[in-house]
Amino acid sequence: MSVLVYTESEEGKFKKTAYEVVSYARGIADMMGSTVTAVAFNADETASLGTYGADKVMHVKNDKLGKFNANAYAAALTQAAKNESAKVIVVSSSANAKYLAPLLAIDLEAGYASNVVALPESESPFKVKRTAFTNKAFNHTEIKTDVKIVGLSKNSFGLKEAQKDASEEAFETNLDDKHFNIEVKSVDKAKDKVTIADAEIVVSGGRGLKGPENWGMIEEMADILGAATACSKPVSDMGWRPHSEHVGQTGKPVASNLYIAIGISGAIQHLAGINASKTKVVINTDPEAPFFKAADYGIVGDAFDVVPRLNEKLKEFKANNS
Amino acid sequence: MKILVCISHVPDTTSKINFTDDNTKFDTNGVQFVINPNDEFGLTRAMWFKEKQGATVDIVNVGGPETEPTLRKALAIGADTAIRIDTEALDGFQVATELSAVAKEGNYDLIIAGRESIDYNGGMVPGMLANLIGASFVNTCISLEVDGDTATATREIDGGKETVAAKLPLVIGGQKGLVEESDLRIPNMRGIMMARKKPLTVKDPSGASVETEAVSFEKPAPKGDVKLIDPDNLDQLIDLLHNEAKAI
Ligand SMILES: Cc1cc2nc3c(=O)[nH]c(=O)nc-3n(C[C@H](O)[C@H](O)[C@H](O)COP(=O)(O)OP(=O)(O)OC[C@H]3O[C@@H](n4cnc5c(N)ncnc54)[C@H](O)[C@@H]3O)c2cc1C
Repeated sequence: MSVLVYTESEEGKFKKTAYEVVSYARGIADMMGSTVTAVAFNADETASLGTYGADKVMHVKNDKLGKFNANAYAAALTQAAKNESAKVIVVSSSANAKYLAPLLAIDLEAGYASNVVALPESESPFKVKRTAFTNKAFNHTEIKTDVKIVGLSKNSFGLKEAQKDASEEAFETNLDDKHFNIEVKSVDKAKDKVTIADAEIVVSGGRGLKGPENWGMIEEMADILGAATACSKPVSDMGWRPHSEHVGQTGKPVASNLYIAIGISGAIQHLAGINASKTKVVINTDPEAPFFKAADYGIVGDAFDVVPRLNEKLKEFKANNS
Repeated sequence: MKILVCISHVPDTTSKINFTDDNTKFDTNGVQFVINPNDEFGLTRAMWFKEKQGATVDIVNVGGPETEPTLRKALAIGADTAIRIDTEALDGFQVATELSAVAKEGNYDLIIAGRESIDYNGGMVPGMLANLIGASFVNTCISLEVDGDTATATREIDGGKETVAAKLPLVIGGQKGLVEESDLRIPNMRGIMMARKKPLTVKDPSGASVETEAVSFEKPAPKGDVKLIDPDNLDQLIDLLHNEAKAI
């Protein structure tokens, strides 16, 4: 009857979201008077999940699962959920978790609510709050099935320490060829670059920057802050920046701690995608730009004047504060 | 090749989002509905297959009669036939189950859906559908080629992309990248005229159950005013970000 949680790792190292979903699962388990069982795949230091409240870790060690594979991972999680008679399964909102959750939902005949932002409002009926209309509204959803899957929005719950045992148990899964019907040919991933999905801080540039040659100062700011770089849709459409940096309603969602928008007007489609970020800063020459209505801090000014000076100040700040 | 494109009928991206009936229903008053953007990229890719490799393209929607103008638009863009499963779309599982009946009956090689619809953002219909009919599934798909019975697809992953090979039948959750923004088509007069004559079949639902219910809605709390900082006092911004927002 435990709360089962899928903890993601990469090359053995747990992602920050793994700790967040464990914290959240702990919250649900405490509501229900239950325990938290984490499922980890080929991970190191599973004991670290105990810091955030995992009572037990079912560890799948299988070379065939070295790389993420939605079908095979969903099958392993299905078997783990059945073994544990889990009633609630918690996953993150990463690309991989969103890939696997609907498959898992069918296998377990479980109702699935994605983009959930808080602990259930009630246990029976099981009701959760989630974002809808691309962050323009919230929606209270009741999951009516016996087994339930909750997809937690990134950064919506945070990390909460709650030391538990995290006793590790090896978990053998039964997998056959049909689970490997998708064959990974190649993975193209920038090494040593902060990704928009993982970033605490995102520095984003818009059409106001006039051309791709002016992105040096954006990258510099991202470097100083350990941030990811992003851009508005027209910037990627014009090929100034890669599509993978396009954020907004039709691009990637951003739920970072800090979002800095430079030369971005703040069109409704842009804001919808980045609104879940905690603190928003805008730098724009036009005081009427809609972004000022969405931002916490704003500078009315020319990016070409403000950003280089701000970078110098940030460097100084970092030098004195680390 | 037989292609099925799943079309979700959603409020235009600029719509003001409001609710009625004590915040239990989306207020469609004055709202313009469009083809879900993620689906439109997929539909356009389907047209590419039709023109370059030879394919038939059916479209399908689960919804009431109000979705028909959206389906006609997809026909005007170039789809061959449309199917509307005549029932209100209530949750992802119900929609996926209704779609699975059409998918099985039509024996499609390729089923193109959008990674998520921009109204409820559930992001579950494509994966559920694939699992229900036992097809391969690739989500957040940003490029797709088909050669014989094998598809090569690229999916977006956090921080990069991954290229995979999959046997048909295949379901994808597609998005921008499948085609470029500039490849999207605005229906021309001829397309609109032809679309009027193309078959739009209305089917009875199979009566699939729901697993979740959107009970009520809420708008985000209004945000406080922006704090404006003098461009000549950037130290203040750093101070606020550090001490007030605790963001750096
Ligand atoms: C269906 C649909 C989906 C869409 N999805 C998205 C999406 O996902 N993401 C997205 O971003 N957009 C999306 N859009 C586009 C959106 O409507 C806007 O067109 C876009 O966000 C504008 O990008 P921008 O802010 O970079 O450019 P602009 O609107 O041109 O704004 C540029 C800004 O830069 C400022 N500026 C100019 N010079 C300077 C300077 N020297 N220093 C500082 N500021 C300066 C200007 O004052 C202006 O506010 C979508 C549109 C549609 C129709």
